[in-house]
Amino acid sequence: MSTRDAPALGRVPVTLVLPSAAGLLLLLLPLVGLLLRAPWGTFLERLGDPAIRDALRLSLVTSTVAAAVCLVLGVPLAWLLARTEFRGRSVVRALVNVPLVLPPVVGGVALLMAFGRRGVVGQWLDDAFGVTLPFTTAAVVLAQAFVALPFLVMSVEGALRTADRRYDEVAATLGASRLVAFWRVTLPLAGPGIAAGAALAWARALGEFGATITFAGSVPGVTRTMPLEIYGAMQSDPDTAIMLSVILLGISVAVLVALRSSWTGRAWAGQP
Amino acid sequence: MDRARLGGAAVKGLEAHLRMRRGSFDADAAFTVPPGEVLALVGPNGAGKSSLLRALAGLTPLEEGRVVLGGTVLEDTAAGIRTPTPQRDLTMVFQDPLLFPHLSVRDNVAFGLRHHRAQARRPRQARAQADDLLARTGLADLAGRKAGRLSGGQRQRVAIVRALACDPALLLLDEPTSALDVSVTTEARAFLRQHIRTFGGVTVLVSHDPLDAFVLAERVAVVEHGRITQTGTPEEISRRPRTEYVAHLMGRNLLRDGDTYRTFSPTAVTLFREEPITSARNLWQLRIASLVPHGDAVRVHLRGAVSLVADVTREAVAALDLHEGLAVWASVKETEVTTFTD
Repeated sequence: MSTRDAPALGRVPVTLVLPSAAGLLLLLLPLVGLLLRAPWGTFLERLGDPAIRDALRLSLVTSTVAAAVCLVLGVPLAWLLARTEFRGRSVVRALVNVPLVLPPVVGGVALLMAFGRRGVVGQWLDDAFGVTLPFTTAAVVLAQAFVALPFLVMSVEGALRTADRRYDEVAATLGASRLVAFWRVTLPLAGPGIAAGAALAWARALGEFGATITFAGSVPGVTRTMPLEIYGAMQSDPDTAIMLSVILLGISVAVLVALRSSWTGRAWAGQP
Repeated sequence: MDRARLGGAAVKGLEAHLRMRRGSFDADAAFTVPPGEVLALVGPNGAGKSSLLRALAGLTPLEEGRVVLGGTVLEDTAAGIRTPTPQRDLTMVFQDPLLFPHLSVRDNVAFGLRHHRAQARRPRQARAQADDLLARTGLADLAGRKAGRLSGGQRQRVAIVRALACDPALLLLDEPTSALDVSVTTEARAFLRQHIRTFGGVTVLVSHDPLDAFVLAERVAVVEHGRITQTGTPEEISRRPRTEYVAHLMGRNLLRDGDTYRTFSPTAVTLFREEPITSARNLWQLRIASLVPHGDAVRVHLRGAVSLVADVTREAVAALDLHEGLAVWASVKETEVTTFTD
């Protein structure tokens, strides 16, 4: 599109092309390096290592559960932000986005202060039920959901805002309560946006490191997810770290591709 | 779609007094419609007709007023009553069909049957009834299709069936044919007419197209600037227009002198280049504001002491060399004029 517009508006200025190219290199070179130095020859052999398999399985399970938690909590939150008016709505929206700009490590400390053994809620959980969260798999999920939730809320709220609200009006004139309209009309119509949000949240949860290591620690098989395994392996066995990184890179690219097709293949695009 | 079984409550019809204000827009209208009657709110675009309809549905709040349907107060600003839309015994057909695109035609029709206040059927029952209704309205072959895959005319017909399926006490139609291609407008209007006839509830139709009103409605209320300027049967309105808008809508000229109205057809107006020597009592010197093709004729809009529309032949336009800005004489024989008073 832009290249077709360019001749009419004049040449594309070199002053803009050069930094663009440099930026692209900055993004691509590390990935190329990763692929070039990967120990392809011993790839399968290393994958057989039980510690690595545990980390991989733990990562897939926790990030999937975290994404599910984000869906259950985040979709209603996004709906409230997009479809209702209430005092302090912009404050709520700003609060939801805090984890986006918060250093994850700070998120981990904050989670400890809330859910740790001496935390605001954690102390009560410990006293009343004997439940302690830190250094458990549940803590991993909690940390991942904490950092991933804003991604889901943002993208679902965006989808709900651009969705045609007249369908909700039609549903209301046909007798549907707001809850029925939410389930039967709003949710299905926002389906592609919700899927995109869930994929983003899942990818963010999969890569979570700072909050996890602070709040959940790095217990093999319990809280040591892929990013933590990579960090640990970097000290002792760099080739394994590289291999794990390549796996995560592959998963990230797959998510990106899935997102693209869910954006371009919007199911109801044909409807005026 | 039998209303009798709902008994006495529905017999009272609709009683509405609607006052709305939003920015510079201001509307104030009151009307009563007995069950089984179709009232058409007709008026120019932006006159506030659709806002009045949305207020009846409860989609737009009233500034002041009262809506009573079948003896039930739906809204009363003085008493602080406001029933949410889903709890009102009404359905609405919008300008765009707005079928739920992710549902089949059958499930679209079944939607109201499952959730509408008078219905609340189980899913299986609702679908069976939807199939039955689609069959009775000649749309059976569309039942399994995804709503997004229908043509514009098909969609609007399904939207009409979906609204009627709930058998509401009040059916609201917001410009139901205006978003359609001209080629299918007639078909959709005929479909609507056929199915509204057997509908026992109150129907309020909004349209800027007088044909909708004439084909579908028993009574017409003309809405201009948020006010009802005239009500009557379509025939009364066309014979005795009270405002210039209505007169032009009906393709007639209207002259008003105090409480005396004089109306005549554009074809009754004769144009002259020179002041004619004539027995016609109605003679004005006017200026041509515009010339627009109108069927086989040319419609001439004239401005001056009075505003008139005249239909003349294309030959006359050529012979008299009529063009915009030209001053001409216009006359009408008194025998062509209908005179009535308030």
